[in-house]
Amino acid sequence: MTASKLDRRQVLKLEAAAMAALAGGMPAAATAANIVTERNEAELKWDKAPCRFCGTGCSVMVATKENRVVATHGDIKSEVNRGLNCVKGYFLSKIMYGHDRLTQPMLRKTGGKYDKNGEFTPVGWDEAFDVMAEKFKAALKKRGPTSVGMFGSGQWTIWEGYAASKLFKAGFRTNNIDPNARHCMASAVAGMMRTFGIDEPSGCYDDIEATDAFVLWGSNMAEMHPILWTRVADRRLSAPHVQVAVLSTFEHRSFDLADIGIVFTPHADLYILNAIAHHIIKTGRVNKDFVTAHTVFKRGQTDIGYGLRPDHPLQKKATGAAKANDATDMSYDEFAKFVDDYTLEKAAKMSGVPLNRLEALAELYADPKTKVVSFWTMGFNQHTRGVWCNNLVYNLHLLTGKISTPGNSPFSLTGQPSACGTAREVGTFSHRLPADMVVNNKAHRDKTEKIWLVPEGTIPDKPGYHAVLQSRMLRDGLLNFYWVQVNNNLQAGPNINEETYPGFRNPENFIVVSDAYPTVTALAADLILPAAMWVEKEGAYGNAERRTQFWHQLVNAPGESRSDLWQLMEFSKRFKIEEVWPEELIAKKPEVRGKTLFDVLYRNGQIDKYPLSDIEQGYANDESKAFGFYVQKGIFEEYAQFGRGHGHDLAPFDTYHGERGLRWPVVDGRETKWRFHEGSDPYVKQGTGFQFYGHPDGKARIFALPYEPPAESPDDEYPLWLSTGRVLEHWHSGSMTRRVPELYRAVPEAVCYMHPDDAQEAKLRRGDEVKVISRRGFIRVRLETRGRDRPPRGLVFVPWFDESKLINKVTLDATDPISLQTDFKKCAVRIERVAT
Amino acid sequence: MIRPLPTLLLAAALTAAIGSLAAQTVSSGLRGPTPLNDEGPAPPMAPTRNTAEREARNYPEQPPVIPHSIDGYQIDIRGNKCLSCHARARTAESQAPMVSITHFMDRDGQFLASVSPRRFFCTECHVSQSVSNPPVSNDFVDIDTLLSRAAPGGRR
Repeated sequence: MTASKLDRRQVLKLEAAAMAALAGGMPAAATAANIVTERNEAELKWDKAPCRFCGTGCSVMVATKENRVVATHGDIKSEVNRGLNCVKGYFLSKIMYGHDRLTQPMLRKTGGKYDKNGEFTPVGWDEAFDVMAEKFKAALKKRGPTSVGMFGSGQWTIWEGYAASKLFKAGFRTNNIDPNARHCMASAVAGMMRTFGIDEPSGCYDDIEATDAFVLWGSNMAEMHPILWTRVADRRLSAPHVQVAVLSTFEHRSFDLADIGIVFTPHADLYILNAIAHHIIKTGRVNKDFVTAHTVFKRGQTDIGYGLRPDHPLQKKATGAAKANDATDMSYDEFAKFVDDYTLEKAAKMSGVPLNRLEALAELYADPKTKVVSFWTMGFNQHTRGVWCNNLVYNLHLLTGKISTPGNSPFSLTGQPSACGTAREVGTFSHRLPADMVVNNKAHRDKTEKIWLVPEGTIPDKPGYHAVLQSRMLRDGLLNFYWVQVNNNLQAGPNINEETYPGFRNPENFIVVSDAYPTVTALAADLILPAAMWVEKEGAYGNAERRTQFWHQLVNAPGESRSDLWQLMEFSKRFKIEEVWPEELIAKKPEVRGKTLFDVLYRNGQIDKYPLSDIEQGYANDESKAFGFYVQKGIFEEYAQFGRGHGHDLAPFDTYHGERGLRWPVVDGRETKWRFHEGSDPYVKQGTGFQFYGHPDGKARIFALPYEPPAESPDDEYPLWLSTGRVLEHWHSGSMTRRVPELYRAVPEAVCYMHPDDAQEAKLRRGDEVKVISRRGFIRVRLETRGRDRPPRGLVFVPWFDESKLINKVTLDATDPISLQTDFKKCAVRIERVAT
Repeated sequence: MIRPLPTLLLAAALTAAIGSLAAQTVSSGLRGPTPLNDEGPAPPMAPTRNTAEREARNYPEQPPVIPHSIDGYQIDIRGNKCLSCHARARTAESQAPMVSITHFMDRDGQFLASVSPRRFFCTECHVSQSVSNPPVSNDFVDIDTLLSRAAPGGRR
């Protein structure tokens, strides 16, 4: 901080001198003393906003003065965090003020003209959109709508995601739009859809204070969901009977609260999950009434491959790859026989976990007197059998009937502030439409087209390119116009050395990146658009417990920065409908002829229905001012039509500005805490007890799914497992948090965590510079053998927040074949000392 | 809080002005000069700042950063080393700042006899600082600076 320190007496002396000077030379006013007393000067304007970071969805209070954020703190009125923030949340005040904020569009140019290999040069929005539209139309003409695409985000506001999805799926008639949430919780989505037929958790955070046991499956909540962790710690420490089990492939901070700490061999979680089901059945603790009334059994397709390129040997060998999501009926007895092979003894052997710990874990589920909450995040979801893991943990809750009641809750945590609200609910995935509908279902497309006021047949009937496939198609030169908003995929996506980076720099392609800061993704692009962020725009996010939260625009964005919503809508004005829709489609709705996409999609009589006067007094709203109507309200109300009356009911728009969020379905003004249970979910019919109404028969699915090996395991050449992950102090790729000096200094750079014995064997010491090398690439990093992460022998952990050490050059782009989500937790590497 | 001295303020304003003039090229200080398709050397691990001198907060609600090293501190279900100096009863002996009174409140805002279990893991909010220099500076302006700029005859 300051260069020299003064003692107390020196400080007082200087203060006295300063006060004397002030009294002598200046008008007194509020600066007469060393405390500001005048009310209108000292008063701060405080507003609520959800935190910008993880999926917990804490509410923060934001103080503004003179168009700047000057302070933030945890919102005491929020149910989620009751006045607390984590260290990142407490520093929200500074995330918008990194010195290198982008404030004008930048295009690669040579000699005043666009050049893929040129230098970034400031341009106006008109020129930026001109070049974009030209490149877009050229791609459309050459290869059609499959050659254009977008990569969006679980950090998009609800309206941004909705506007983008509608623009691409209906406007440009391509489903090549996917959110970075694909990397984050696609496996949770597919798991939900398979087991329950409807997305998002049955329970909510209130389960934390009601439960007897927590089981963390591949989740380091202490660092990644800190505020939920304060609630877990509060519950565990204030109710001594409560137990915490933590499962991971390495020890981390969540083990500090663990009664049952379990470090298992990567991928053996599949074995452990089945062994617990076996234990429940063998010890006669199946809740037979519940199982008979509310579940059916399914045998899942096996040998489903690894989501690699089709010519990969592993992919060619997989007999079930083409039908990965299939399942056939089976009986309870057949299921019991299926898990018979999976004994706890065998699981102990497979996983390297002491048998007594697995028994203690199994008993948390089996004991009918113990209420249990299962939490999971990336350890489950980023897994080549991630959907199976999700299904298998639901099995445990369903076999015992421990679900949908306070304290009994299988709960998938999310990593982004609106992974649920935007990516999942709005349906920005390449296969999805709003309210859990999908593009390859005719009835779903019909309904969507009706609400969107576009003709039948507008939306393409096949899923578009998902995240990993987008990178491959860029590389192959088949996806030629690509727009990235609110994400940093060149740092966050897998195998960037072989796929993403060559794809971005492929001369066939034009890459646009909208961001607030010069991320590595922006630097690899051809055009950078400066984006407004967080409270520089009006927003809405949906957190992991189905809670929808709104905020107002509180300050203006710097320079020429504009929100992603404005960018999308303004760009749509550059397209006449004849340029993007075929004649036969226009013929079905001739009145659209001659109109722009902006007119057809946004000025459609629904979205432009609400006047500017509906905006709450005292708040700016730059997009609405630009377009002349209350954009956010119009989009939200059109979007809400999808869910109302269909289990996804949202309250009226204005309600949310006054609430600390509401958990949907909101029916008759009341939120829903526990879904599928009579009495707490208005969609469950009286007398049924439970109804898993996502499936037409009202029953949840219990799946028989085996252990299958990972895509890549250590061998002689690459003898170590690599797991990547995150740290408390930085959020995801660090583009916001690494620009906050206090957070930067807390964890300045990524290190490679290794077991001290592995290090010693390799003649390495803490602090040595090493290369982490895989078949795909390498990074240079310092070795850490102490500290918060303690890997077992044979595994190294490298966090991915640090853009100067792009660990995703090393990772493998193998995905779960059903969810198409990458496994960032398992690939094979070797460590070499960097010669000095 | 102590008002920053005028000269310091002026110096800070000048630095900021020069910085914004120079910030025309697009690059990432956080990535450094290494091209995206190459990997540069990893600088040595920076030691943790280890002193008793406190840093001013950016705003009153900010959790103070930890001025000293906490390497090897135990904070787990068996014990919390931070409280051996920062607990109310220990502060006379340690001369360390007492845990904030907000930390005695439970989820419902009621004061407990000791630190609330929801505040048990200090490092969720309080972090120590390495001696490294952040490559990207931050233009956040604290409220006192903002008010003094706005004051009549102030140093805007």
